Amino acid sequence: MASATTLYDKVWDSHHVGTRGDGESLLYIDLQLLHEVTSPQAFGGLKLAHRPLWRVTANLATPDHNVPTTNREMGFDGITDPIAHEQVVTLDANCREFGVEQFEILDPRQGIVHVVGPEQGATMPGMTIVCGDSHTSTHGAFAALAQGIGTSEVEHVMATQCLAQKKAGNFAIEVNGRLADGVHAKDLILAIIARLGTAGATGHTLEYRGEAVRALSMEGRMTLCNMAIEAGARAGMVAVDDTTLGYVHGRPFAPKGSLWDDAERYWRTLVSDPGAAFDRTLTMEASTLEPFVTWGTSPELGMGISGALPDPAAEADPVKAESIRLALAYMNLRPHQPITDIHLDRVFIGSCTNARIEDLRAAAKVVKGRRKANSVKQVMVVPGSGLVKAQAEREGLAQIFVDAGFEWRAAGCSMCLAMNPDKLGPGEHCASTSNRNFESRQGFGGRTHLVSPAMAAAAAIAGHFVDVREWL
Amino acid sequence: MKAFSTVTGLVAPLDRANVDTDQIIPKQYLKSIHRTGFGDNLFDGWRFLDEGAPGMTPNERRINHDFVLNLPRYQGARVLLARDNFGCGSSREHAVWALMEFGFDVVIAPSFADIFYNNCFKNGLLPIVLEKEIIDDLFRRATSEDGLELTVDLVAQRITAPEGMLIGFEFDPVRKEKLVKGLDDIGMTLAERARIEAFEAKHYARMPWLPGAREKRS
Ligand code: SF4
Repeated sequence: MASATTLYDKVWDSHHVGTRGDGESLLYIDLQLLHEVTSPQAFGGLKLAHRPLWRVTANLATPDHNVPTTNREMGFDGITDPIAHEQVVTLDANCREFGVEQFEILDPRQGIVHVVGPEQGATMPGMTIVCGDSHTSTHGAFAALAQGIGTSEVEHVMATQCLAQKKAGNFAIEVNGRLADGVHAKDLILAIIARLGTAGATGHTLEYRGEAVRALSMEGRMTLCNMAIEAGARAGMVAVDDTTLGYVHGRPFAPKGSLWDDAERYWRTLVSDPGAAFDRTLTMEASTLEPFVTWGTSPELGMGISGALPDPAAEADPVKAESIRLALAYMNLRPHQPITDIHLDRVFIGSCTNARIEDLRAAAKVVKGRRKANSVKQVMVVPGSGLVKAQAEREGLAQIFVDAGFEWRAAGCSMCLAMNPDKLGPGEHCASTSNRNFESRQGFGGRTHLVSPAMAAAAAIAGHFVDVREWL
Repeated sequence: MKAFSTVTGLVAPLDRANVDTDQIIPKQYLKSIHRTGFGDNLFDGWRFLDEGAPGMTPNERRINHDFVLNLPRYQGARVLLARDNFGCGSSREHAVWALMEFGFDVVIAPSFADIFYNNCFKNGLLPIVLEKEIIDDLFRRATSEDGLELTVDLVAQRITAPEGMLIGFEFDPVRKEKLVKGLDDIGMTLAERARIEAFEAKHYARMPWLPGAREKRS
């Protein structure tokens, strides 16, 4: 019998074309997702070299980073920034020229690539997926090997259907027990990153395992895998089970009939074998976790809602102490300040981390019958795709948000990275369900705190961070 | 891609850990559909005090004179000295393009983030990993009154300073050859065309539900 292998090993082995002349492994890529920001230079490179797409049907595109979240019915004309306009129009022109399927700006299926792929069933178990975006790791929730790549690699995959790379190590994240009510996948991943550090998993592929992971919905698993990159891993994965198959079944791109049966038989093998060896393991206990809030300018700088901010003077490592000092200064926060003391100017509920229907339901549950605090200038709710938006409207969630004084927007990346007009002002504090709290990420001089949708919703109503468990 | 040869240049010290690609090149500049035009906006949020927008030139901006890369003594630096986990965050290759266009040929750090590290090799930027103690020493020298000029020789895997200091560094032989020869990655992979085609015939027969299986290639 073959020796026990991990899920990552299995997907890698089934896509390993061979070793190139220079010793790099060629990994066959089943699906490349494209968006407007990292693809134009790659399409440009192909044209310059007169190279075709290796396999047109293995590509799927949608604009997301630059699209406005208002005036969507105006299509391209709704993009007021001429440079952003050119980029979205260029994606459209490239997709037409090369014959790539695109959910264009007016298509109801348009949305953030990492929400759209799974929603359409284009993301399937056992696939290799790439996209010129680091949060491609999201798709690993389906036991796919999904990696973010740079623009040169985007062009490489376009031209060859392969990625040249070295295999990463296997890193198991074992999460025992169950998350408490009011504690979500986002809190778990922020806690994992706080433990590992933002470079803790560099050179590894994560596999999230254990009772707490098995109990999560696909939405929750996607949130976990989305932020694998924030721990330094290029990919995060979760093994196939009934939850996975239940989600994929019946989606537009998913196989049907006997093809489904064949696929399912194979997909069920996509689990790490008992006794498979991992290079590293981190074990966490889910039941003791609290809702998490980041206070600094790196996703690793976070803590439970009951905590108080660290004092750089108490940190022995001088590089770490300097990071804490710089982060506190940028965020305008003081050592020992309680997390619940942080007041918010704006709140953003959206992004490929937390803008799926379950996220909006969790936020709406907290918001129902309440109103946003007067001190909070703006609360933006931006669904991950046009279809999530339509569903939230059908379920009455949109109305709950509107009644609370929140803004209900059209789908896109929006204030996750503020390439479109949705931005923080200088010095403003924002509770955000996105994945990065880097300096100026959400607008020049803006201060981002990463939280779950439920925590963001509660903060919008209280005006400062609160423990959402007390509101349930 | 341009071939990497020996580089001699001044070292600019950037004494922060976890420098992310959002800092290296902020998002408002990613709207460009070109590969050039990013150098003026390298570390935009640190080099300037005002908020920049695409199309603005450095002369119309408020310069942050305290930021290390703006100090007169570090003008023209070709080697960037950095701390742990340099280039973390977004996959944007624009970060590498911006560093190179600004004039850097080499980045030295105790560790790099994966995607950034990979992107360096696609463009001919040389990322060198050195031990923390050596890096600390380089920071001391680069910030000393005299400053530090280094010669980086990739072929010999050696860094030398004028006063004879000599540091060897580890480097993956495959990546080294590609950098030194300036090899085109796509061309190298397309040389394996027959193997890729043979692989995918088997692959799609095994997994006919994959999207690529819908397509017959000529
Ligand atoms: S939502 Fe944010 S993190 Fe996700 S793809 Fe868009 S910009 Fe990137």
